[in-house]
Amino acid sequence: MPDKSKEQTNEQPGPRPILPIFELQPTPHLVGSKCPSCGAVYLDLKRLACSKCGGTGPFLQIPLSTKGNVWVFSVIHQSFPGIKTPYITAIVDLPEGVSVKSTLVDVDPEELQKNPKMAFGMAVELVANVVAKDRQGNDVVAFQFRPSA
Amino acid sequence: MRNVYVLGTGMIKFGRYPTKSVPELGAEAALEAIKDAGVSIQDVELFASGNLFMANAMIGQKILQQIGQTGIPVVNVSNACATGSTAFREAFMAVASGMYDVTMAVGVEQMGKQGLLGGGGGGSDPAYSTEGRLGSGLMPAVFGQAGLEHMRKYGTTLEHFGKISVKSHKHATRNPYSQYRNEVTLEDVLNARMVAFPNTLYMCCPTGDGAAAAILVSEDKLKQFAAGRKRARVAASILTSDPYTDRDLTLPDVSTLTRRAAKKAYETAGIGPQDVSLTELHDCFATAELVHYENLGLCGDGEAGKFIDEGGGMHPDLGGKAPVNVSGGLLSKGHPLGATGVANICEVVWHLTQDDRAKQRLVPNAKVGMAHVIGLGSACTIHLLTV
Repeated sequence: MPDKSKEQTNEQPGPRPILPIFELQPTPHLVGSKCPSCGAVYLDLKRLACSKCGGTGPFLQIPLSTKGNVWVFSVIHQSFPGIKTPYITAIVDLPEGVSVKSTLVDVDPEELQKNPKMAFGMAVELVANVVAKDRQGNDVVAFQFRPSA
Repeated sequence: MRNVYVLGTGMIKFGRYPTKSVPELGAEAALEAIKDAGVSIQDVELFASGNLFMANAMIGQKILQQIGQTGIPVVNVSNACATGSTAFREAFMAVASGMYDVTMAVGVEQMGKQGLLGGGGGGSDPAYSTEGRLGSGLMPAVFGQAGLEHMRKYGTTLEHFGKISVKSHKHATRNPYSQYRNEVTLEDVLNARMVAFPNTLYMCCPTGDGAAAAILVSEDKLKQFAAGRKRARVAASILTSDPYTDRDLTLPDVSTLTRRAAKKAYETAGIGPQDVSLTELHDCFATAELVHYENLGLCGDGEAGKFIDEGGGMHPDLGGKAPVNVSGGLLSKGHPLGATGVANICEVVWHLTQDDRAKQRLVPNAKVGMAHVIGLGSACTIHLLTV
């Protein structure tokens, strides 16, 4: 399997994904690795073996869907210094059978607390948001989710 | 496997001890256990020390440097929040196997006013840190989501979670070893500052310092040292790790490994949940306690809300049934990580042996006690003790 993980110290200036499993081109999407024996999918491109069946691959790198459904969430009101609160953390199930954790945006945290059921099963789509600038001055881009149309 | 008994226990009040060192805190609990057992340090043949935040500091040896360097084997254990109970299990296995007759386990932690645990990521450049950008890895977030999973499946309400905190605080008023001993109302709990929905401040355990110790012996040594005193037997000592489940790598699954441990513990002891007189379970958050009622079989799946509404978990003195965390639990008694697993075994033992240290809260006619711990990452221990 070609190692597509990105080095954060890439020579070319420009936006950087926050994690190697996030690819910005041609359009922002997540990539996973799939066990050829049992089909388990991991958000990890350097797996040596499958923790579900023990198979040793070789793992197939697959693009993941940009649409999914919220399984559960929490609204974080107390975090580390410098992190703005509140924010919504959500577990999103993707159709490939893997779940991903990220921030849910474009939803009012207070409204969600009043009516938590509105998030259960909510259809969401991936959105690429610039969250910081790294030491080289490049934009750091995170994958987040928002309610899909 | 030989029968193993808890001959002596020791525990310091959980709280904050900024002027004391970790080995000093551990030594205090160890000395109390030695005194309670009626043995001397020369009788102890193996020492298992549980400490998480100084896992590289040979805390076990440092405790012996305070209470007696007899040259015995020492094992230093770290297993997240299950650190202390895993150390206890090491001491148990040493006796059960027949290799040793008298062993000691000490769990100790000093957290001070350390804040939130978990989160992080990003390596050397904070621009790549993930907390708040890719959701949250903080412990309150993980267990908030575990509670919402239950809400999603079964319609559990905020009041159900809140009632657990009310119960914990009420129980703790009768435990002098508890870090917090203030009573709170359901209104107080639900109106408290939100930490991570649905857990408000009073639904989250505090950080703090503490230590607890236990001395385990074989049947022969029990006869030699117990001198007719009632002592509890370790009927099951189970440790599991998280098996593969669909979302475990994204949202730690604290239920499956607990269910597996409970099943194995009941089978090993030859009893069922209906036989358990009292349970000390891992209520790091109110939401965690609720899901563990079902995981441990104290009620059926989806029935935890009803269980709470009917007084489940409350001390019988206070009108409850199937008492859970009569010590105040992690929510009120405190959760100094390495100490927790040994401390909840102490609590169970005290009820089974009508120890004066629990005289204000003894569960009447207690015959079987269960001590459950989860270390996130994950490890689960369940100990069943009987008299």
